[in-house]
Amino acid sequence: MNDLLGGLVGALRLLLSGDPEIWSIVLLTLRVSGIALLISAVIGVPLGAWLAFRSFPGHRFLTTLIYTGMGMPPVVAGLAVYILLSRSGPLGMLGWLFTPRAMVTAQVLISLPLVIGLTTSAVEGVVPELRLQLKALGATERQIVQAILWEARAGMLVALVAGFGSIISEVGAVMLVGGNIERSTRVLTTAVVLETRKGAFDQALALGVILVALTFVLNALALRLRGYLAHARG
Amino acid sequence: MSTLYTLEHVTVRYGARTVLAIDHLEIQAGEFLAVVGPSGAGKSTLLRLLCFLERPTTGTVRYDGRVWPDGAPLDVRREVTLVFQRPLLLDGTVEQNVAYGLRLRGAPADERVAATLERLGLSHLARARARTLSGGELQRVALGRALVLRPRVLLLDEPTANLDPHNVALIEQAIVALHREHGTTVVIVTHNLHQARRLAPRTAVLLDGHLVEDGPTDVLLTGRGTDPRTRAFVSGEMVY
Repeated sequence: MNDLLGGLVGALRLLLSGDPEIWSIVLLTLRVSGIALLISAVIGVPLGAWLAFRSFPGHRFLTTLIYTGMGMPPVVAGLAVYILLSRSGPLGMLGWLFTPRAMVTAQVLISLPLVIGLTTSAVEGVVPELRLQLKALGATERQIVQAILWEARAGMLVALVAGFGSIISEVGAVMLVGGNIERSTRVLTTAVVLETRKGAFDQALALGVILVALTFVLNALALRLRGYLAHARG
Repeated sequence: MSTLYTLEHVTVRYGARTVLAIDHLEIQAGEFLAVVGPSGAGKSTLLRLLCFLERPTTGTVRYDGRVWPDGAPLDVRREVTLVFQRPLLLDGTVEQNVAYGLRLRGAPADERVAATLERLGLSHLARARARTLSGGELQRVALGRALVLRPRVLLLDEPTANLDPHNVALIEQAIVALHREHGTTVVIVTHNLHQARRLAPRTAVLLDGHLVEDGPTDVLLTGRGTDPRTRAFVSGEMVY
């Protein structure tokens, strides 16, 4: 209990101290995970919705692949990105390894299946007969898709929240492809690991509290957005 | 009255199972037709054909003198609307749900929506979230969403199943009013033979996907049908 309280106090002290290193870690964490989520949302939401609306040969196989991706250990995703971006890898010429770009790539690989899978599930969760009812009311295919997506909006927001949760708290992949380089690729999770290994448990706990607080605030905002969307007009 | 629908040698098959097989059925413009029959008789499938939501496996559905083998165009589809047995409402207020079809068409909604809500006894619930309503209210909203469009053809799939007499009366009055005021062709699928007798001058009896008999409701549903299966169904002797 005292450790936790100490962590809280330490976290506050760290943030209020204005230590540029701490703030750079916090900002890089938000930047990497924010960009990764944005890319996952731009690709994953339309793809997930498309999968829910379309039936084609190989649909089941693709869905199985996505579900497998949803459960993929982050460190395996990190390893795959590491091999891709390593000097001898197929994308080695990009020179992204041990940069935030490599971390974003790894986080996209982790969050994208979640965003796709949960979006598909949210859209498929809308009563199937509703499509026929909307058609019977004179809706075009486009109007039907719009209405169904609007009905599934809360579930799609959950897909994004889950995607974000999976990457902001992830450590294995960003450690592998980012390297935890000070003022370059160090994010909150890798900093916690580093401080723990050094035996600086107070510092590690304080960083952990900042990470949890950050996640809490972002989820609270998402929940507010969900409440707003629930009452918004389609 | 002119012929609005003509079904010729229509079958609907799902895999090896034939769910509907009608050699010939005509529905006149402005007519009020009841379709009765036990569960699984093909009644809902028939409605989906008439609403262009489904295409026959074989045969033709002629509407207003034309056959649309590749699906009816939007302007034709919008002449016909179907209210499902289950009130499938959108997440929104009662008013938004009733206005939905008008919004799709870019038509002004306010006055027509208000009049429809009034007719269905829903004015006081206009701003209520649709998903907070009771079963009877939900079904009235679902019906209002169709009535407000003043369709040329109104198709109803068990619109009053499991509702109390008050809701049944409100719904029946609204349907009859639309039929009388706008000459709307109405096809109602119902298990309730009393309802068929109250509303529809003509009734079609479907059994196992086949049209057994169609004719005046007063004759068929009073046990005077010519087909013994119709008489057995009406008398309740048919076990299915």
